[in-house]
Amino acid sequence: MKKRTDLFPYTLVTPALAVTILIIFFPIIQTATMSLFNYVIWKPKDNRFIGLGNYLQALQDEVFWISLRNTLIWIVGVVVLQLLLGFATALLLNRDFKWRGLARSLILIPWVTPSVITALMWRWMYDGNNGVINDLLVRIGFLKSYFPWLANSFTALPAIMIALMWQGFPFFAIMILAGLQAIPKSLYEAAEVDGATTWQKFTRITLPMLVPILFTSILLRVIWVANSMDVIYVMTGGGPGYATHTLPVYSFIRAYKALDFGYASTIAIFLTFLLIAIVAGYVIRVLRSQEAMR
Amino acid sequence: MTRKTPHWRRLLGLHLPVLLIVLFALAPYIWMFISSITPEKDLYGEVFRYFPKNPSFENYPRIFQKIAFIRNLRDSLIVAAATMLVGLGISLTASYSFSRFRFRGRNYLMIQFLVINMFPIVLLLIPLFVIMRTLKLIDTYFALIIAYSTFTIPFSTWMMTSFFNAIPKELDQAALVDGCTRFSVMTRVIIPIAMPGIAATGIYIFITAWNEFLYAAILTGNKVLTIPVALQNLIGEYEIAWGLLTAGGVISVIPVIVLFFFIQKQLISGMTAGAVKT
Repeated sequence: MKKRTDLFPYTLVTPALAVTILIIFFPIIQTATMSLFNYVIWKPKDNRFIGLGNYLQALQDEVFWISLRNTLIWIVGVVVLQLLLGFATALLLNRDFKWRGLARSLILIPWVTPSVITALMWRWMYDGNNGVINDLLVRIGFLKSYFPWLANSFTALPAIMIALMWQGFPFFAIMILAGLQAIPKSLYEAAEVDGATTWQKFTRITLPMLVPILFTSILLRVIWVANSMDVIYVMTGGGPGYATHTLPVYSFIRAYKALDFGYASTIAIFLTFLLIAIVAGYVIRVLRSQEAMR
Repeated sequence: MTRKTPHWRRLLGLHLPVLLIVLFALAPYIWMFISSITPEKDLYGEVFRYFPKNPSFENYPRIFQKIAFIRNLRDSLIVAAATMLVGLGISLTASYSFSRFRFRGRNYLMIQFLVINMFPIVLLLIPLFVIMRTLKLIDTYFALIIAYSTFTIPFSTWMMTSFFNAIPKELDQAALVDGCTRFSVMTRVIIPIAMPGIAATGIYIFITAWNEFLYAAILTGNKVLTIPVALQNLIGEYEIAWGLLTAGGVISVIPVIVLFFFIQKQLISGMTAGAVKT
C-alpha cells in the first residue's frame, strides 16, 4: 500500500461524476428552488418567492390528494400483479422442457416494448367500439355489450394496471429465475430424502432462499412503477376526470399543459419524499423480518 | 429421484401454462400486426373479424406519406446512436475504476450512482426544460442526448462495473509485469476483453433512447421529432387512425426486438449478477 493517495482511480471516475453533478444534482436543486416560487412560464412578471406557498396549496388541492391515493393504489397494484405473474413464470421456466429457451425469449418481449407502443396496443385492444377485448368478453358471455374500459372512472386505472403488468412481469420472471437457479439442488434432494412434500419444499427452501432477490427486485420495481407515467399519459392523459392521475402524471400535466413550473416542481418534490419514505420503510421492515428469521 | 411424471400432467401443469403466458406476452403484438394489415373499413366494420378478409399492407407505405415518418426514423436513430456513444464514453472509465481499484469514497460514489437512477423523471424533466430553454437547446438533438444521459450514465456505470468484475484481476497483474502502463492495461487488455459486455450495455442504451417518450415530448417536437412522439401525435388527433398507428408501431418496434435478441444473454447476466450475490 502506498502512502500517498493514488489519484488514478479518481481521474477515471471524474468524467462520469462531473456530468452527473451537472445534469442531475444541479437540476434537482433547481427543482427544489422552483418549488418555492410562483413560477408560471408565460407569466414572467408574477415570478416571485412564495416560500412554502405551493406546498400549502397542494395540501388543500383535491386533485393532489386524488393523485396521491391513485399513486399508492398504482404502486401496490402493479407491483403485486407483476410479482405474481413473474413468480409463476419463473417457477415454470425453472423446469426442464424442450422449448424453454424459446419461451423465455418470447416472454421477455413485453419488457423491451416502448411505453408508447404498449399504451397504443392496449388502448386499441380496450377500445369501446372496436376493441378486441370487448369482443372476446361478449363472446364468452362475460359482457352483454361493449364496455368503455378507459372512459369509465372505475375501470380506467385497473385497465392500465393490467397493461403495466404485461410490460413489467418479465423483469420479475428473469430476476426470480436467476434466484431459483442459484439454489443448490442438494437442498431439494436432502428434503426429498426426509419425505418433504412439494409445498413444504416451496415454503421451507425456495421462498427463504429467494428472499434477497425478491427484496432487491421488489425495491427496484416499486421505484420504477412509481415513476412510470408515460403509459398512463398516452392511454388516458390522466382522465377520465382525474381517475388516472398519479403524482407524476399530475406534475407532468401541470408543467406541460399549464406551464406552471413552480407547482409542478412542488408535486415532484412530494413524489420524491413519498418514494424515499416507501423505500426506507420497506428496507427497515425487511431487515427486521430477516433478523427475526435468524 | 427421476420418477417420471405422467405425460398428461406435464402437459397440463407445464406446457399449457407456459403456452398461455407466452400467448399473453405476444397477444398485443399479434393484434397490432393484424390490425395493421386490416383495411380501414374492416377495422371499424359492423362485423368483428379476427383476421381481415382482404389483408393488405397499404398502411405501411401510407404512414410514410401521411407523416414524415422517414424523418422521425432518422431523428430517433441519430439521438439513440449519439446517446449510446456519449453514455458509454462517459461511464466506461468510471466503471473500470470501480471494478479495479479500492479507493476512499468508492462505496459512497457507487451508491450515489445507484441512487440517482431512482429519482423521479419529473424531478429532472422540469429543470432540464428550463435549462435547455435558457441555453436555447429546445428542439435540438443535444437536448435529448443530454437528457438521456441522466439515466444512461448511472445505469451503464453499474452494468459495466459488473462486466469488468467478471474479468479476473490476475490479468491486470500479468499485463503490468509485461510492461504495460496502468492506462494501457485498461485500454489494451481489459476493455477489449469486456467488449461483449460493453456492446450489450451500449445496445441497451440505444433501445432505451429509441423508446423514450417523456423527455422527447417536452424537450423537442417540431424540428426534432422522434418516433414515440410522432406516434403519440397521431393518437392525439380527434379521429384516431388505428391502421396507420399500428403500422407505425410495428415498424418502430422491429429494430428494438432484433437488437434485443442479440444482447439478451449478456443483459440478463449483467442484470442478475449483482442481485443474486447480495
